[in-house]
Amino acid sequence: MSEAERMVELMPRLRRYARALVGDRAAADDLVQDTLERAWAKLHLYRRGTDLRAWLFTVMHNVHVNKVRAARATDPLDDGMPELALRAPQGDALMVRDLDRSISRLPAEQRSVLLLVTLEDMSYEEVARTLGIPIGTVMSRLSRAREKLRAMMLGAPAPAKLKVVK
Amino acid sequence: MSDDNVTDSELQAYADGRLSGERARAVEAWLGARPDDAERIQSYRRLGEELRRAYDPVLDEPLPAWLGGVHAPRRRWHVVARVASWLFLGAAIGAVGGWYVRDSRMVSASRGDAATVMAYRAAIAHAVYSPEVRHPVEVGADQEAHLVAWLSKRLGTQLRAPKLDSIGYSLVGGRLLPGDSGPVADFMYQSDKGSRITLYVRSDMTGNRETAFRYAREGNVGVFYWIDNKVGYAISSADLTKDALFAVANAAYQQLNP
Repeated sequence: MSEAERMVELMPRLRRYARALVGDRAAADDLVQDTLERAWAKLHLYRRGTDLRAWLFTVMHNVHVNKVRAARATDPLDDGMPELALRAPQGDALMVRDLDRSISRLPAEQRSVLLLVTLEDMSYEEVARTLGIPIGTVMSRLSRAREKLRAMMLGAPAPAKLKVVK
Repeated sequence: MSDDNVTDSELQAYADGRLSGERARAVEAWLGARPDDAERIQSYRRLGEELRRAYDPVLDEPLPAWLGGVHAPRRRWHVVARVASWLFLGAAIGAVGGWYVRDSRMVSASRGDAATVMAYRAAIAHAVYSPEVRHPVEVGADQEAHLVAWLSKRLGTQLRAPKLDSIGYSLVGGRLLPGDSGPVADFMYQSDKGSRITLYVRSDMTGNRETAFRYAREGNVGVFYWIDNKVGYAISSADLTKDALFAVANAAYQQLNP
């Protein structure tokens, strides 16, 4: 099976991850299309025989990060730990019970780790490679994501400090 | 076998069912003595299930109807990659008045510039010539060989007029048009119901990468267009749905870029 045929096969999964990552259906499909176009343009960088799924999700991660960076207004108070919510939460309620709202309130880097593990069932090593981070960081982000999500779903108030970037 | 040093990472792995053997048993024993932590791990599992329940349905969302008829030739992988991008052309927000968002963004990127200009001109040419009753073309299909030879010579590349009879379109003829840097070929086809499509071909797309199939609308004219081997093609129609035009574009494409 050729790379492109495999890409077609993987498309629904890219779509699922994008939908959970950015929340909005149109923005998600936009992200997938940008990802596919970039992947197609950069296909010469993919080494045949290596993990195409991981490579595609890496492309998507990079495209998404670049989009957010471009869209983000510079905040002079931002001093280096980018705890951005990369998608606009669906509602403003502090007591978030809805799953979709809850994951939108997770910091982006926690959200992506959680989704790659739970939706894509990626191994921790695959997640580390895809996101370009050490495994230890994968595990700590996963742990924090789960704790935060659990607290939100149990009805605990969301943390007071929330930076929302539209 | 000690359960004293159960790490948080192991708890996460255990929650994901990825721990086995001795460490799994150690974690089980550790959790056995700590009901609060056991409940926490259980809730992590439930959250995973809820996430999958919420988002797995996206996997089954229907692909655009017009994709069903695509025959993906195996020998050219990048054609299949084009299919991949077509999927999302279809799934994105339907027809928009004016330029498809992607292409207006591409105007500032070198990649899409010439292609979108070509599509725009093709749409204009279609709007200008397709309503013509007496002079829709300059050379008719009765002189097809001459038409193709003439346009090929002017464009400096061997052209062909694809046969679209199998999908209900017959060649009316063609004409030569001015492009922004040289001559352009425009072929017109007609269905027995009188619906017309035009195939716009320009041969001077040097410096432009091959593009995937793209779709755009200018007013009521829909255009599918692509660049292959320095030649740009655009198929336009004012009365076909995007799905129907795709079928035409694909049929033409199969013959033009086999």
